[in-house]
Amino acid sequence: MTAPITPKVIVQAENFDVSLEERELREGRLDVGAVLSFTGICRDEGGLLEALELEHYPGMAEAELTRIAVEACKRWPLTGLTVIHRFGKIKSGENIVLVVAASAHRRAAFNAADFLMDFLKTRAPFWKKEHFKQDGEGSWVAAKEKDDEDAARWN
Amino acid sequence: MSTIKVRYFAWLRERTGTAEEAIELPDNVNTPAALMEWLKQRDEAYAYAFEETDAIRTAIDHEHVEHDHPLTGAREIAFFPPMTGG
Repeated sequence: MTAPITPKVIVQAENFDVSLEERELREGRLDVGAVLSFTGICRDEGGLLEALELEHYPGMAEAELTRIAVEACKRWPLTGLTVIHRFGKIKSGENIVLVVAASAHRRAAFNAADFLMDFLKTRAPFWKKEHFKQDGEGSWVAAKEKDDEDAARWN
Repeated sequence: MSTIKVRYFAWLRERTGTAEEAIELPDNVNTPAALMEWLKQRDEAYAYAFEETDAIRTAIDHEHVEHDHPLTGAREIAFFPPMTGG
């Protein structure tokens, strides 16, 4: 088996270009049989939510995302893996997070992206605060038990 | 006695009114759990922030740790609520 690849991990305020990131993982190579991308988007919660404020822990956010991504590269034979997480004020309809996994066969890419999102949700140091259209600044989003259950599936 | 950088995030930052500070660790404060107890004694804001320590996560030098992890050699400790990214 070949050595695991090094994932690309970015934490940024700016938006990302999904097709550009997908292209980067397949361009100029013929060993890639599957490219899977997941985009997490800010919902408007039935028209109520104006935006989310994403707070993060600079330094640790990159370090923890890298640890999770490196683990995914060890578990599945990926040819490429990109993780981009935004911070700051993100309006409803805007992108929050991107995972792109590439591999020779689809299963590795599906599994790696699923694993990455489950661990990212429970371990990457980001916190969401809701801003509502009517009442302005709302409260911090509470962590969901379901997310812990999802992450436990991979143990 | 050693100095440690302490960082607070999300509602812990709001309740303590502090994003980060340097703290001289008393000799008997040698775990995140002990540091949280010590911080609670400071004033009402910290007592409120650290009211339910079970709900608080902690990291030392950018890595998740349990509340009973030794603080020996730690440069930075962070306290924060369960994460809600993604």
